[in-house]
Amino acid sequence: MGIVPALLNSRFICNMENTLSDFIVDIQNMSFSRGDNLIYDRMNMTVAQGKVTAIMGPSGIGKTTLLKLIGGQLKPDSGDILFRGRSIPKMNRSELYQTRKDMSMLFQSGALFSEMSVFDNVAFPIREHTKLPESLIKIMVLMKLEAVGLRGARDLMPAELSGGMARRAALARAIALDPQLIMYDEPFAGQDPISMGIVVKLIRALNNALGLTSVVVSHDVTEVMSIADYVYVVAEKHVIGEGTPEQLRQHESPLVQQFLKGEADGAVPFHYKAAPYADELMELL
Amino acid sequence: MVLKQLQRMGAATIHTIAGLGRAGLMLLGAIIGKPSFRKGAPLLLKQLYVVGVLSLLIIVVSGLFIGMVLALQGYTVLVKFGAEQMLGPLVALSLLRELGPVVTALLFAGRAGSALTAEIGLMKATEQLSSMEMMAVDPLRRIIAPRFWAGVISMPLLAIIFTAVGILGGHLVGVDWLGVDAGGYWSAMQANVDLYQDVFNGIIKSIVFAFIVMWIALHKGFDAIPTSEGISRATTETVVTASLAVLAFDFILTALMFGG
Amino acid sequence: MSTRKIEILVGLFVAIAVGAFLILALKVANTGFAGSGDTYTLYAEFENIGGLKARSPIKVGGVVVGRVAAIELDKNYYTPRVRLEISRQYDNFPETSSVVILTSGLLGEQYLGIQPGFIDETVHILKDGDMIEDTRSAMVLEELIGQFLFNRD
Ligand SMILES: Nc1ncnc2c1ncn2[C@@H]1O[C@H](COP(=O)(O)OP(=O)(O)OP(=O)(O)O)[C@@H](O)[C@H]1O
Ligand SMILES: [Mg+2]
Repeated sequence: MGIVPALLNSRFICNMENTLSDFIVDIQNMSFSRGDNLIYDRMNMTVAQGKVTAIMGPSGIGKTTLLKLIGGQLKPDSGDILFRGRSIPKMNRSELYQTRKDMSMLFQSGALFSEMSVFDNVAFPIREHTKLPESLIKIMVLMKLEAVGLRGARDLMPAELSGGMARRAALARAIALDPQLIMYDEPFAGQDPISMGIVVKLIRALNNALGLTSVVVSHDVTEVMSIADYVYVVAEKHVIGEGTPEQLRQHESPLVQQFLKGEADGAVPFHYKAAPYADELMELL
Repeated sequence: MVLKQLQRMGAATIHTIAGLGRAGLMLLGAIIGKPSFRKGAPLLLKQLYVVGVLSLLIIVVSGLFIGMVLALQGYTVLVKFGAEQMLGPLVALSLLRELGPVVTALLFAGRAGSALTAEIGLMKATEQLSSMEMMAVDPLRRIIAPRFWAGVISMPLLAIIFTAVGILGGHLVGVDWLGVDAGGYWSAMQANVDLYQDVFNGIIKSIVFAFIVMWIALHKGFDAIPTSEGISRATTETVVTASLAVLAFDFILTALMFGG
Repeated sequence: MSTRKIEILVGLFVAIAVGAFLILALKVANTGFAGSGDTYTLYAEFENIGGLKARSPIKVGGVVVGRVAAIELDKNYYTPRVRLEISRQYDNFPETSSVVILTSGLLGEQYLGIQPGFIDETVHILKDGDMIEDTRSAMVLEELIGQFLFNRD
């Protein structure tokens, strides 16, 4: 396996320029809105190098949006997002594409390329960004597929996979090139307890073995608390609570407590903003 | 009231111009920049198959029928003037100058254009384009460009095939069925058809139509609202807009080429 | 679908298109006198060129010998001036030859007919750039009928 040292090496060189900062991602006073819908209001967040950082929050609060902001697919209205000390929103197109080679993202929907087999999907980033011979690519892809338990499904098309399998295949693709930063959007959704355990271990292992940085967006409180080094709870356009899982459990904010315990009624409204239910029903009568 | 109308008109104008701007940017992003032969060639080949080879059957069948109908209709008129020896030029010129490029473009918009819009719209809706972007692969280069060039290459080839098949279809009806002299069919054609004026101009028309149809189809897909309803609307829009644009440009090109 | 199969089918598609183009170029269109290397130029002035157009054929006894290259209007006398491109193969027309505008068939397109004149010691052979003096509107019956029917002016 001559390539692993090569990959590690390139990462090592990349790291040299960033030893100044411990934070691979640094979000500063960032505001973002979709039309009139303000999603983030001067939000601050940091992601520490080499750690697993989890982001939790109610559905529709803007977690996926946040990952897309970090990936440079959306531009904030104001504030800044630094990746290894460089501003993502201020990058031009080619710089942005260069930077994206160092990150990868597992999309909430999986987003496998529907016209390619599972094998070709996982091989896609390798083929696009390296000139490795096909025999080596095959080894790399099979290793990744083995890691997510899908080596036997390599010749299936994405349409032939179940939801959970598709997500694991997408996970294999996201880690194909061992990028510096991996953002997982809901990696546990739709997994049975066994594959969930595999995915949890995989994220942890990637982090420990290769020194990657992971950002995990998830609702699964127990899983998140078990692998995260640092957790952010996002609601109401801000970070409402942060800390290590231990600190978070002791957090005094009722919102955080409600979220962690999964109580329906509490400080965080479960409903999308709306007129009072009783009023609306009365109007209809 | 008047102000409201004016405002609506302004909004529509801005909307249209913004749409054109996005379409232009998309096209520029797709076709500018050096293509990598190693990666580009297999992609182009695959799309030539999807866009070109798979359209061949409909093109050949329609070309045959249109040539046969032209010969039948032309014969009944020409025979009244005793000018049935002009059947060859009539069939050949109508096909070369107009029907070949135009009908091919219309069929192509319906067959390949709508499929491309739907394919790309669906890729957008399922975040395949987004995830490709996040993998530092430009979807304009990887997805749009090969399809665009495959269409631009395929359509003139299809138009040439359409025209040739149509002329043979005209021969089938005119000569083999209605009894026009075979030698006269071809020689009158040769006397009246010019390689530059007619054949090349027809091919130029077809290349222009190919740009228009591919541009519209790909942009409608790329700009589609990523829902099933948005995609179905984009598909319809592709066929309607591309067909109208082809007919409008056909008039302009005809006026420029043959009008003077 | 294997890459090999796709390659073969695309190759076949291109081959069919090339075949179709060859049919159009060789069997349908008139490819003669397309180039400029093997032609020479003559001029002729007419009273009225009628429906003659650039690229109309020039025939001698029904055989195509060239094409009309351009039609201009003489600025001084306002007479149409036609530039004829004739194949080098036929470069021995005497200066006594005449040019006539003819119509192929009743409704057909118009073309130029050259009627070669007599030759004796005093008559020169037309060279590149020469002017054919003797030009006539068609004297043929079909052309007269054509004028009667369509140009009643
Ligand atoms: N393309 C879009 N256009 C307009 N608004 C959008 C768009 N995508 C998302 N939104 C809005 O942005 C807000 C945040 O969406 P986002 O997908 O980031 O939520 P999320 O936190 O990831 O939710 P979930 O946990 O359910 O995935 C939502 O209120 C949604 O209505
Ligand atoms: Mg989400």
